[in-house]
Amino acid sequence: MSRRLRLWLLATGSAGVAALLVAAALDLPAFGGRWHPYGERAVQASLSRRTANTIASVNFDQRAYDTLGEIGILFAAVLGCVVLLRLARDEHRARPEPAEVARPVRRYALIVLPVALLTGIYLVAHGQLSPGGGFQGGVVAATALHLLYLGADYRALERARPLAVFETTDALAVGAYVVLGLAGVVAGTACLANTLLPYGTFNTLSSGGAVPLLNAAVGMEVASAVVVLLAGFLDQAVEIEE
Amino acid sequence: MHVFPYLVAAYVFLTGCHGLATSRNLIHAVGCLAVCQSSTYILLLAVGYRDGGTAPVFSDIRPGSRPLVDPVVQALTLTDIVVGATVTALLLALVLQIAKRHGTVDPDELRELRG
Repeated sequence: MSRRLRLWLLATGSAGVAALLVAAALDLPAFGGRWHPYGERAVQASLSRRTANTIASVNFDQRAYDTLGEIGILFAAVLGCVVLLRLARDEHRARPEPAEVARPVRRYALIVLPVALLTGIYLVAHGQLSPGGGFQGGVVAATALHLLYLGADYRALERARPLAVFETTDALAVGAYVVLGLAGVVAGTACLANTLLPYGTFNTLSSGGAVPLLNAAVGMEVASAVVVLLAGFLDQAVEIEE
Repeated sequence: MHVFPYLVAAYVFLTGCHGLATSRNLIHAVGCLAVCQSSTYILLLAVGYRDGGTAPVFSDIRPGSRPLVDPVVQALTLTDIVVGATVTALLLALVLQIAKRHGTVDPDELRELRG
């Protein structure tokens, strides 16, 4: 297809889609309106199971089964990256030279690293109470580790990040999520129904039944997934040569 | 202006589609796909917004004391961001392999698949 024809096709298709989208937007409930039937029911369900953070309740209680599918996608995507970014037959590894780092950068990175790591772990642990949770906390913790690459060099990062351990943790975390779901089945309730554990006291670390545990599993998985992903791309950039 | 945020989402989506279709660089195309995806975040969060609403988290507010924005769409957006990031990484890894094997990242030059 010629480029000109393709652009015409795109213009026609886009105009059609745009017309449909505008028509749909005009029919949606007005922006900022008061009518949120699902939201209100989600808040009620979250309060009845003593989870202070409704978003965590939606993710790890009300739609915990969907979240299982989502972390499945996450796991599969990371697996695909590991396979695609492996060392090919006609490539070899070169040891990267230690790099000079400006002193203020080094100082800043090494001071911020433990703080950022702790923040990540805090976000995961308090996912059922305050804005945060496994998804965000995992990303924060994993990127905190990479301050080592900025502040020191690639070898220091490699020593702090045994890749096999993180790959295993990734798999184990998905496994833990599945096991928590199956525990419900074995105990006679439904998979991931959050009726197995006591709900605890509202607004404390132990509230929400299975929510904190599922949250921790997702936090572990996201953290190790991000570490493994970045390791793959950094390897390509720093170590692997044709 | 009660539909403006929805129209912004539609605009961002179509911009991403335009970029995808006219892209001459696969890395650029992956970026455009990310733009398409962000339009869904705008749409979801716009649907869930409520005038004067606060975050649906009860660690420091009494239940029922304030109007709340919709937690369901926020939860959907949240998971999609992380899953989207890893899928983008997978696509970039594919682009990396294509660049290595074929020596180009222009989709027009990848006419036929080679073994």
